[in-house]
Amino acid sequence: MDIGYRLTDVELDEIIQLILQKYGYDFRNYARTSLTRRIARCMNIANLKTLYELKYNLINEPSFFTWFLETLTVNVTEMFRDPLFYKDLREKVLPALASYPIIKIWHAGCATGEEVFSMSILLHEAGLLNRTKLYATDLNPANLERARKGIISMEQTKEYTINYIQSGGKNDFSVYYTAHYQSAIIRKEFRSNILFAQHNLAVDQVFNEFQLICCRNVMIYFNRELQNHVFKLFYNSLSPKGYLAVGIKESLLFTDVKEQFESVSAATRIYRRKN
Amino acid sequence: MQKQDIKMVVIGGSAGSLPVVMSLLEALPEIFSFTVVIVIHRSKNVFSEMDKLLSHIRHVQNVHEPDDKEPILAQRVYLAPQNYHLLIEPNKTFSLDYSEPISFSRPSIDVTFESVAQVYAQQAVGILLSGANTDGTKGVSEVIRKGGIGIVQDPATAEYPIMPHAALLQNQSALCLPTSHITTFLKQLNDNI
Repeated sequence: MDIGYRLTDVELDEIIQLILQKYGYDFRNYARTSLTRRIARCMNIANLKTLYELKYNLINEPSFFTWFLETLTVNVTEMFRDPLFYKDLREKVLPALASYPIIKIWHAGCATGEEVFSMSILLHEAGLLNRTKLYATDLNPANLERARKGIISMEQTKEYTINYIQSGGKNDFSVYYTAHYQSAIIRKEFRSNILFAQHNLAVDQVFNEFQLICCRNVMIYFNRELQNHVFKLFYNSLSPKGYLAVGIKESLLFTDVKEQFESVSAATRIYRRKN
Repeated sequence: MQKQDIKMVVIGGSAGSLPVVMSLLEALPEIFSFTVVIVIHRSKNVFSEMDKLLSHIRHVQNVHEPDDKEPILAQRVYLAPQNYHLLIEPNKTFSLDYSEPISFSRPSIDVTFESVAQVYAQQAVGILLSGANTDGTKGVSEVIRKGGIGIVQDPATAEYPIMPHAALLQNQSALCLPTSHITTFLKQLNDNI
């Protein structure tokens, strides 16, 4: 890891303001340590040595900003990450969702789609996919473009297969994708119920009502204030008794909404809106 | 070595480091004034009970994998969760990061050490142990550069000497100590309160 140029607190604020004013993306309430680290990483890759060079590029090169946004945000994801979480979904959440005639699920911060594809597979195996509408949103248009194509990394399919089996999957995992040169493509029937759209959790509003919202390892990049804001957005986007899943190291314990949710699975951080 | 008011001891290890980490934890007195953060490379998506394993060590209750944004407390031992980078925010809370592995590692020792150095500066001690890669070299540099103390396990006593060896090559002012001296160092840290 080359540590690269690290913005000071004041410099970080200048860059955040510049991006907000010129491009409308609001990073003011992102966790500062990781944001500083991500900017240093961008500067390193782009071979920028000074704050001046970074500002110059952000101001004068819109195409630089497109790249910068893609590189700044964390787009790392896996299929069936934390297999026990998916096992709990199968055993504790999907049976309850089955009572709804139409099921609506929101994957907030879906990156390149691996988690929503995993969900689609679970729903298929539970016989619920044909009456489920999946909404997958992300801040980053490049992620959505990739996600719509359904491409996953071929070299990771072995690991995904192991995760899938650990999650309680009984099929041959390879039935869910088609190998295509160096890539694997999730089969169309497991993507046709997914609507990919741009949505910014920091500024955008409620857009539908859901029985389940998954937002795993997204809010870790936010500070407490923005986390609270997003939790309220989720509360308002859930039907009564709707489920909320966060990453296994994220907690509602220190948030403003903790009284409004009950725990469904403490280990895998699945919560349920009280009413 | 001059006395410093140490608030944070961060320990990084990879292959062959677990027995050393355990003996360091055993050496901790019942009351200590600092925070200990342990970063050990582990497989991801494999059920791990390392926190429970380390918690069984005498004196040290509840080695704990922190949640995101959890406040950092003194007299606690924290273990970096599997499959995340562990960062520290300026307001002394943990924050987790699921970005790309660095040197094939997540958690990355460099990332946590660097973040500790940034926040704790001269109040930090970074201890790098056995391992078969070069993670931690830059982290030790950052701890030292910010005025903290860098300690590297003597490669001659390490099960896998590559990691401590690499760190020593790049960091002339790091202290190269065998395990027994590192435990003594930790005990004395506490005497300085």
